[in-house]
Amino acid sequence: MQLSGLTAGAAMLPFGLVMGREVDAAQLLEPAADAAAKKKMADIALNAARSKGATYTDVRIGRYLQQFLFTREMKVQNVTNAESYGIGVRVIANGTWGFSATSDVTPDGIAKCAETAVAIAKANSKIQTEPVILAAQKGVGEVAWKTPLTKNAFEIPVKEKIDLLMKVNGAAMQNGAGFVTSNLFFVNEQKYFASTDGSYIDQDIHRIWPTFTVTAIDKAAGKFKTRDAISSPMGMGYEYLDGLASEKIPGPNGLVGYRNSYDMVEDATNAAKQAKEKIGAKSVTAGKYDLVLDPNHLGLTIHESVGHPLELDRVLGYEANYAGTSFATLDKWKAGDFNYGSKEVTIVADRLQPHTLGKVGYDDEGVPSKEWNLIKDGVLVNYQAIRDQVHIIGEKESQGCCYADSWDSVQFQRMPNVSLKAGTEKRSVMDMIKGVDKGIYIIGRGSYSIDQQRYNFQFGGQLFYEIKNGEIVGMLDDVAYQSNTQEFWNSCAQRCDQDDYRTFGSFFDGKGQPSQVSAVSHGSATTRFNGVNVINTGRKI
Amino acid sequence: MATLSKAEAKKIIDKVLSYSKADEASVGLGGNRTGNIRYARNSVTTSGETNNLSLAITSVFGKKSGTATINEFDDASLEKTVRRAEEIAQLAPENPEYVPMLGPQKYLEPKSYVEATAKIDPDYRAQAALDSLDPCRKKNLVAAGYLEDSAGFSAIGNSRGLFGYNPSTSVDFSITVRTADGLGSGYAIRDVNDVTKLSTKNATEIAMQKALASVNARALEPGKYTVILEPAAAVDLLENMMRNFDSRSADEGRSFLSKKGGETRLGEKLFDERVNIYSDPMNLEIPGSPYGGGGGRFGGGGSDGRPQTKMSWIENGAVKNMYASRYWSQTKGVADIPPPSGFIMAGGTESLAEMIKNTEKGILVTRFWYIRAVDPQTLLYTGLTRDGTFYIENGVIKYPVKNFRFNESPVIMLNNLEAMGVPQRIGGNLIPPLKIRDFTFSSLSDAV
Repeated sequence: MQLSGLTAGAAMLPFGLVMGREVDAAQLLEPAADAAAKKKMADIALNAARSKGATYTDVRIGRYLQQFLFTREMKVQNVTNAESYGIGVRVIANGTWGFSATSDVTPDGIAKCAETAVAIAKANSKIQTEPVILAAQKGVGEVAWKTPLTKNAFEIPVKEKIDLLMKVNGAAMQNGAGFVTSNLFFVNEQKYFASTDGSYIDQDIHRIWPTFTVTAIDKAAGKFKTRDAISSPMGMGYEYLDGLASEKIPGPNGLVGYRNSYDMVEDATNAAKQAKEKIGAKSVTAGKYDLVLDPNHLGLTIHESVGHPLELDRVLGYEANYAGTSFATLDKWKAGDFNYGSKEVTIVADRLQPHTLGKVGYDDEGVPSKEWNLIKDGVLVNYQAIRDQVHIIGEKESQGCCYADSWDSVQFQRMPNVSLKAGTEKRSVMDMIKGVDKGIYIIGRGSYSIDQQRYNFQFGGQLFYEIKNGEIVGMLDDVAYQSNTQEFWNSCAQRCDQDDYRTFGSFFDGKGQPSQVSAVSHGSATTRFNGVNVINTGRKI
Repeated sequence: MATLSKAEAKKIIDKVLSYSKADEASVGLGGNRTGNIRYARNSVTTSGETNNLSLAITSVFGKKSGTATINEFDDASLEKTVRRAEEIAQLAPENPEYVPMLGPQKYLEPKSYVEATAKIDPDYRAQAALDSLDPCRKKNLVAAGYLEDSAGFSAIGNSRGLFGYNPSTSVDFSITVRTADGLGSGYAIRDVNDVTKLSTKNATEIAMQKALASVNARALEPGKYTVILEPAAAVDLLENMMRNFDSRSADEGRSFLSKKGGETRLGEKLFDERVNIYSDPMNLEIPGSPYGGGGGRFGGGGSDGRPQTKMSWIENGAVKNMYASRYWSQTKGVADIPPPSGFIMAGGTESLAEMIKNTEKGILVTRFWYIRAVDPQTLLYTGLTRDGTFYIENGVIKYPVKNFRFNESPVIMLNNLEAMGVPQRIGGNLIPPLKIRDFTFSSLSDAV
């Protein structure tokens, strides 16, 4: 579930997404406690929990930094700097999980927190019906991992960031936008993990998301249209905003795709022109079309129709009261021949791809990052799981999908990167379009909705181009496609090659009660799906 | 101690303001104790409790403002935080839309704090969960639920003499019950200020009934149907509509309340004439916040201190008022109205059972799921039915039906109004069950 698709009407941050206390930007650069000090703190918790009867304990000491910038037209609306620091202790006692967290990081505070976690575990064990079975994880000793980056976004002066957004907004306004909002989101997780397995893991993780919404208005006609940025949130530093020509992928009709470097001013310029064009675009005729889906659009379809249904906790029913369960039940996986998609469809889960949101050294229960197939040549072969679930799918080791969005949130199963493999035959987007008689080329993340077991979905987009007899003939409007997950992936007919491969990302993916956010990437090349049902969403009020 | 008395809160705010050297300063002080318990697969999965007391100070020089937050309350920490806010303000870019702070205001005193709720402890939560789990276990049904309770206060003050204080308590409970074979699913949701009005057992029994009754759902062709939307279904579309009652977006030509030629639809009859929607912080069923933007469901964080009063939004089907920021109100001369913290749709006298009895053919919808905007121009939304969808014929529920995807606008829906029942509290609002004709279901879903 996506918590935030910041649009013109929601220029401010969705309430509740800023964590921690507000501080000034300089404070975000102050160093956290060093690894040796954190090891001492962690050992206090590990020992305190053990002495109270815990059979397993993990400790997360976290300093979470956020800097969010919000502008509209030539005005700065808000700059938020937030820091949150504390310790979370998770234990198993009497075969039951217990969790407690505190911002009091004195030795006494930490020991008390660990003792509370054990007390909660013991209290809950009385009504527990399923004792925890935790997959073994060999301790990795004292190790460190850092997001590879060349420019730490938190070291870039706020003024430079504001200047960029003003340039972006200026470009949009000069090219016909009536309104524009633009935002920069920066996140830095400084996480220290320790467990009774003998792991002491120090990680420094960075994420970035530049985005905007351009609105074109025709007041006389009483019409307005928007076009959102086609950037992607990334596991990178400020270098993502360098706009390197070598990372641009030219498309048809002057469209530009961005791989691992984003030109925000160029995209805003194009967005303003395209938003204006959308106002006069032809309303789509409902019916079956072959869809050519850009990676910046297809990523969300992968996220909703493959990523979420293959989360093992959903499959088992742990999210039944909120996000829902899954159609991809264990019997389908056990059968070994469930055709999730056509032979074109191989979908991998990983936390290894460079520049992605899922890329880390270790997950939040000390498991090293890895890669595995979810769907192989169209057949469902695996799920995403964590240490207390993998025994259910016959695995000896966790896949490393555990994450908590803060030191005071309990870690649970979250989605790793889930990506569609690019085609092996040489094929560009233009080559693909040439083969389509009646189709629509869709770019960007639009409206999206899927049922609680992930069968029926409806997706819109940012830009729609009509394809007739192998050529783009113009822009369309009021387009959304509806399908069923299995039917849709079985209509997958053709993929572009690795040269077209890019990642899409979700920065605020929501799950759990109380709700937690996580960030995840989805890679693909442009892909063709045959005979998909397209509806017309135009209405009159 | 997360809840401070009015006098304690005022003392801290006054002290903080006395440290200020800025042109203007405002303080927000809030504290609460929240607890939760979550269960799934008929077993408790997580539970916890947190206490939080924090203070935010905003300092302003000219049109530059800065905010700093602290959760330590000794004099030195408080003064340090004021200095930090002032430093941030001096470094901040100028906000051309900054409006000077309000002076003293008169606030209503909604009855939103209930001692019984403030006294909830882990034993209460465990019992509430067991009251819900037990009947499900006995009937071989599978329960997943979540209860969250909160007791606390908010206080605001500024250097122009404004002061406000609001203690409040709340409990939110939701329960999904599924049959062991996964072929049936039912749901119930409750929210109260007063925990003595909550029975997790009663809510669970409704979800159990729906789970059992929804097994072996039949497929109906998608199309236009008469529907009865239970309040839990109706509220989602209505809330989305009320979030779009912003004056500025309408004036700027990018709202469903904008119209051709640049004018807005203020005063225009846009809905069935029986539609009346208003807000009232003093309503005893949904006591609201005394001041606007205080973290309510429409206002987000922070408060500009504007008093909440009884306000009509839609009257006899016409757009009566829109809300606006203070900046927009002063710039454009539109009414200076804060967004409400909850709203009330006036209903009828029929119960849900009577509404079903008076329906020849229709579909009863328990709730909607994954609602997203499709077209902001027409307020077209898509989403799906979930956890109990039933076919009604000749006044009785005939059989469960498969879930539908809908594509519908609340504006069109409120023009196709057939009947309204007795309003019920849902998510901090009072919403009647709504009978709507020609509701657009565009496809079927196999999801249970």
